[in-house]
Amino acid sequence: MSGGVDSSTVAAMLRAAGHNVIGLTMQLWNQRRLAGKEGMPESVQGRCCSLDDVYDARRVAQQIGIPYYVVNHEERFERDVIRPFIEEYVSGRTPIPCSLCNNHLKFDQLLIVAQQIGAERVATGHYARVAFDEVRGRWLLKRPADQSKDQTYFLFGLTQEQLSRTIFPLGDMTKPEVRELARHHGLALAEKPDSQEICFVPGGDYKRFIDAYLTEQGEALPDTAGDLVTTNGDVIGEHGGIHNFTVGQRKGLGVATGSPLYVIQISGANKQVIVGGEEHLYSRTLRTRRVNLIAVDELREPMRVAVKIRHRHEPAPAMMERTGNDEILVTFDEPQRAITPGQAAVFYDGDVVVGGGWIS
Amino acid sequence: MHRIYLDNNATTPVLPEVFEAMRPYFGEQFGNASSIHHHGQQTRAAVEDARESVAALLGCRASEIVFTSGGTEADNLAIAGMVGAGDHVITSSIEHHAVLLACKHLEEIGAEVTVVPVDGRSLVDPADLRRALRPNTKLISVMMANNETGVLQPVAEIGRIAAEAGIVFHTDAVQAAGKVAINVNQIGCHALSISGHKIHAPQGVGALYVRKGTRLQPLFYGGRHERSRRAGTENVPGIVGLGKAAQLAKEALGRGGDNKMAAMRDRLQQGILAQVEEAGVNGDGAARVPNTANIHFDHIDGEAMVIALDLKGVAVSTGAACSSGAIEPSHVLVAMGLRADQARASIRFSLGKQTVAEDIDFALALVPETVARLRELSPVYRKAALHS
Repeated sequence: MSGGVDSSTVAAMLRAAGHNVIGLTMQLWNQRRLAGKEGMPESVQGRCCSLDDVYDARRVAQQIGIPYYVVNHEERFERDVIRPFIEEYVSGRTPIPCSLCNNHLKFDQLLIVAQQIGAERVATGHYARVAFDEVRGRWLLKRPADQSKDQTYFLFGLTQEQLSRTIFPLGDMTKPEVRELARHHGLALAEKPDSQEICFVPGGDYKRFIDAYLTEQGEALPDTAGDLVTTNGDVIGEHGGIHNFTVGQRKGLGVATGSPLYVIQISGANKQVIVGGEEHLYSRTLRTRRVNLIAVDELREPMRVAVKIRHRHEPAPAMMERTGNDEILVTFDEPQRAITPGQAAVFYDGDVVVGGGWIS
Repeated sequence: MHRIYLDNNATTPVLPEVFEAMRPYFGEQFGNASSIHHHGQQTRAAVEDARESVAALLGCRASEIVFTSGGTEADNLAIAGMVGAGDHVITSSIEHHAVLLACKHLEEIGAEVTVVPVDGRSLVDPADLRRALRPNTKLISVMMANNETGVLQPVAEIGRIAAEAGIVFHTDAVQAAGKVAINVNQIGCHALSISGHKIHAPQGVGALYVRKGTRLQPLFYGGRHERSRRAGTENVPGIVGLGKAAQLAKEALGRGGDNKMAAMRDRLQQGILAQVEEAGVNGDGAARVPNTANIHFDHIDGEAMVIALDLKGVAVSTGAACSSGAIEPSHVLVAMGLRADQARASIRFSLGKQTVAEDIDFALALVPETVARLRELSPVYRKAALHS
């Protein structure tokens, strides 16, 4: 229970349906820890894990009459989400902390706690569907009814074991329906705005966050300053550090040229940021590592799928094939814009999530 | 669901006799104890009766008792009220945060603070206190009984050190009051804190003993209540409740103390250790108050244990109630030398006057199987088991 409308409504729904429900909030990050440091915002209201959100979640639990507990996993979150988030940026990749959190915290630690305290399943407010397919004998992860809220992109890492213990009661509902149901249950937070940004980066300025975190740790930001290089190999300037860039980014390059330039590639090895015209952003292939397959146990032959390469990306038709022990090659029918290392590629067969991996 | 309550160091239920004593002061006896008229005189008498009961429990004069809103205020009043910029304070690493953070505040306003360590049983070594003395040392603050382990500190010896040095000694006796006999003269302290809700009086009332002649700067500014040591209209029902609870506690201690409680605590502790491997009592080997057993169950997550037990009807805690949801392992257990993972795997069982033998049976039936389940589902434990 994050203190938001989705998980609160899930709790109310399950309770009304007669289930024996226990409310848990994961305390993952102390929002006050870096507030006001190194230019970080002073006040962080309405953020996940803020006191306000824990308060809201607890009030919902009290209102619907279920036991409620806060479990602290800050240490694990820092190790498995915050640290990799920073390491990815300073290595020239663009991370997705929400997927790491799902894999290492919400569907790992939380599931363990749930089992330890005797719960059979964990229900969350994610927009996704889970179903057991008798034919394949596998648990499937499927896109939700409300495709505009689809969160399957962040859930591709779930194992069969995790899926078998998970329920997503909002999978068949639209967001307006969820808010309506929240009102129906008399939840005061029915109109609470959705959270948008990365929960531990208030204001969305991840560079400031990295600065503030490393300063707090007494660590120096690795010097990743280097050359700005064109796709032809010409050095046209310098940059202050590769963590400031994301593939596909246009603004903020600090060089004036005739036609607009985009970040085409970030090379962590030689600290180069390679820039070029928009046409260079398009590519037909990508490789993924640390692949998790859900709908199939193994990819024995090439498979036609639609592949989503970032949260706000319409899955594009492609072929996927195994090219190594831990590598799947995706070849799109049409070139895709700004394929970004560090993001996930998630493979869909219609509504079914075949699996996914990290773009390398 | 059948529920048992073994978290009496967090708070205790108000005893029926205490509640009955308080009842009139929510209704017909409503006067302001400072008022001249009949109504005021009635409540004034009740407040002074309570003061005498508390004084009798502590072995001091009634005039030396200052009623407060609780243990935290009593600790803060003692520390901030006796120490100023330029002064030096000595305290210990296992104090309650009401003491430690009050000292930290003093440090910020220009006082010097020395925090002495404890040994593996959480005992302060008086020699460390003696060594820490400086010419500007004004106060030693060391608790009488620790809230997490129940271990009793050598307060009388500390009192002698303070007397020799001619400085003030404050002891936080919140967890000792009602559990062991207290006599401020035997301890040799100049200030001593107690809290109502730890001795079956309500939450929101406490008291500070301040030895006659000890200078005390008030925390609050206002009326001349409590001999100008604590401004604010008295919490009459609360004070009456504290007085009654103090009287009952003194009577019980006079009958030879809580041997029954100690026996139940020992049965719980031994019963658990007989059934659970890789577990031990924190503070074992030191004198403890009779109601507390703090046990580390290695390879478990204490937080999950508390939740699992609560869902089965057993109320216990991982340590101080105020630390719930906090990431840091207990500062007390870490100061005793426990590893962080052992500190996080520790559970505090604390009995109260209402605890009966059946409660212990119930806990003994549930705790070992809960530990087993947690370990079975713990990735850390499975890993440890593989390597052993």
